[in-house]
Amino acid sequence: MNIVVCIKQVPGTTDIKIDPETNTLVREGVESIVNPFDAYALEEGVRLKERCGGKVTAISMGPPQAEQALRETISLGADEAILLSDRAFAGSDTWATSYVLSKAISKIADYDVIICGRQTLDGDTGQVGPELAEMLEIPFVAYVSKIEEITEGYMKVQRMVEEGYEVIEMPLPAVITVVKEINVPRLPSIRGTMKSKTAEVPVWTAEDIGVDANKAGIAGSPTRVVKIFFPQRTHKSEMLQGNLEEQIDQLLEKLEEII
Amino acid sequence: MEYFLTEQQELIRSLARRVAEERILPLRAELDEKEEFPWAIMKDLADADLFRIFIPEKYDGLGEGVFTLCLAVEELSRACSGVAVTYASNALGAMPILLYGSDEQKQKYLPNIASGARLTAFGLTEPTAGSDAGGIRTTAIRDGDEYILNGTKHFITNGGEAEIYTVIALTDPSRGSRGASAFIVEKGTPGFTFGKKEKKMGIRTSATRELVFHNCHVPKENLLGREGSGFIVTMRTLDSTRPGVGAVAVGLAQGALEAAVAYAQQREQFGHPVSAIQAVQHMLANMAMELEAARALVYATAKTIDSGAKNISEIGAMAKVFATDMAMKVTTDAVQVFGGPGYMRDYPVEKMMRDAKINQIYEGTNQVLRNVIALELLKRKALRD
Ligand SMILES: Cc1cc2nc3c(=O)[nH]c(=O)nc-3n(C[C@H](O)[C@H](O)[C@H](O)COP(=O)(O)OP(=O)(O)OC[C@H]3O[C@@H](n4cnc5c(N)ncnc54)[C@H](O)[C@@H]3O)c2cc1C
Repeated sequence: MNIVVCIKQVPGTTDIKIDPETNTLVREGVESIVNPFDAYALEEGVRLKERCGGKVTAISMGPPQAEQALRETISLGADEAILLSDRAFAGSDTWATSYVLSKAISKIADYDVIICGRQTLDGDTGQVGPELAEMLEIPFVAYVSKIEEITEGYMKVQRMVEEGYEVIEMPLPAVITVVKEINVPRLPSIRGTMKSKTAEVPVWTAEDIGVDANKAGIAGSPTRVVKIFFPQRTHKSEMLQGNLEEQIDQLLEKLEEII
Repeated sequence: MEYFLTEQQELIRSLARRVAEERILPLRAELDEKEEFPWAIMKDLADADLFRIFIPEKYDGLGEGVFTLCLAVEELSRACSGVAVTYASNALGAMPILLYGSDEQKQKYLPNIASGARLTAFGLTEPTAGSDAGGIRTTAIRDGDEYILNGTKHFITNGGEAEIYTVIALTDPSRGSRGASAFIVEKGTPGFTFGKKEKKMGIRTSATRELVFHNCHVPKENLLGREGSGFIVTMRTLDSTRPGVGAVAVGLAQGALEAAVAYAQQREQFGHPVSAIQAVQHMLANMAMELEAARALVYATAKTIDSGAKNISEIGAMAKVFATDMAMKVTTDAVQVFGGPGYMRDYPVEKMMRDAKINQIYEGTNQVLRNVIALELLKRKALRD
């Protein structure tokens, strides 16, 4: 079982500041950590390996200092870690990030399960997992809370929904994103930490993984952040008047207004 | 105090501290209250590689010695000495295999002990044999390729929970203590069951239970060392684990001192914190001094043992007695610094005081170990004369 876990280095705080000029995150002076949701993904990957044998590879697209986060994954049980770093990747939105990750994973070639956290602490979009699956043209399940069964080429998972869970079967390879209910991540091990200090963390550039520079970085990012704000929660109710016909007409009118 | 730890020792200590603070602290009151074995924490310790410390690298361990083990035990005990005792007793059960096991026995058992997959326990004490270990009555009679064990051990730490037991039994009852031998007995062996589970004053998360052998057939390959060497195995085992009991005591006292200092600074009487009162300050100062002295003795003893020194009974006894008497005093004084609330279960110091007592009793009572120290002193004097 070859497991790929995608992780991201994020600011180690929930108190995130946004630069009002550029609409991007202020990263200066903030300590970096492995995205907490990715810790559950990594733990699940390591548990799968302990259950079925195989290998866990952690990958991250990021600046050179993201190597630190990858070293941490080794102390937590990953066998290998690969950093995807290139100027051409800078400024990537989720679409371009997923493209770069998909190219790297295609280079890894031999994989059964790709695990991502449900979302990141900083970007908060939850888009990379599904986009990655789309680009690799393999099945995807979000919000996985349990892997019930896994064998060669087959996996059955529980996926959290608002009330309870759904059970979904799929062929492998596949991508899943996991929620925090799936496990309690372990603390680093002594052997892992010793290994993480000396382990080689190869850096793959755009050229190494055949990334088309126009599809990565700012050039490859269709997303434009227009404004970032907390949505106002408003609650308004209105009683429709008249007979049933009239009420239906009014309702249709209102719905049309919204759409 | 600077103890010049290696990089690996620093790492082990800081990881043990993380397990203690993140995983043990939130559970300790509940584990004590419910007298529940700390399985979830054993899993955390295993995941962190903390069971590997004292096992040679050849058998999947980290190849560290008694000193490094003491560092980990101390950190765990700072949070909960019931958990620390469970962990340290695992080392006690493994020590006879480490010291006297054949390569085959080591190959078979040590890797699983190192990974934390299988816990161990050490079974010596019987209702008729406490301080006088020579009074054991459990027998192991050779029958072809097997030994047949009969008898009952009591007060065995990790009893019922551990899977690998090193057990001392008489292979030749006619020769008394020279007729004792050490065996490895696995949980699940027919004829091996568990009896009474003790309800204790302290270290209540740790399991203390009877081992019952009734015509229990053990393959002859499970004999540790030679027939008749049971008490040599025992003495050497306890000589090298006693600093571990000292480390439990040091960690426990450290936790109590920290709690007392924090409380004294926050509790106000007569218009100022009680930490401004000299009587309280002197109590804290004495606690700190005695704690540091005990730690230094425990560390120095552990390092001496790791150096391969031969005559370690005396220093092992000193480290154990000094540190455990210190912990009893420091935890009692911690309750005193707290005043009434210290006596209540809402604060951790009453548990620490309850937990401290046992350390003066097991692995040789502090009276018996003073005999050992005195005997060595007198022997040396006699040799010089
Ligand atoms: C919680 C707990 C866990 C334990 N875990 C284990 C374990 O894992 N494995 C194991 O084998 N045993 C274990 N023991 C047993 C423990 O080692 C014995 O209880 C201890 O050795 C004392 O024996 P005893 O209780 O029979 O007391 P006794 O020997 O009856 O002692 C009674 C009193 O007499 C004193 N005394 C006895 N002989 C002398 C002497 N010669 N000189 C001076 N004073 C003396 C003692 O100091 C004590 O004050 C455990 C005990 C407890 C309570």
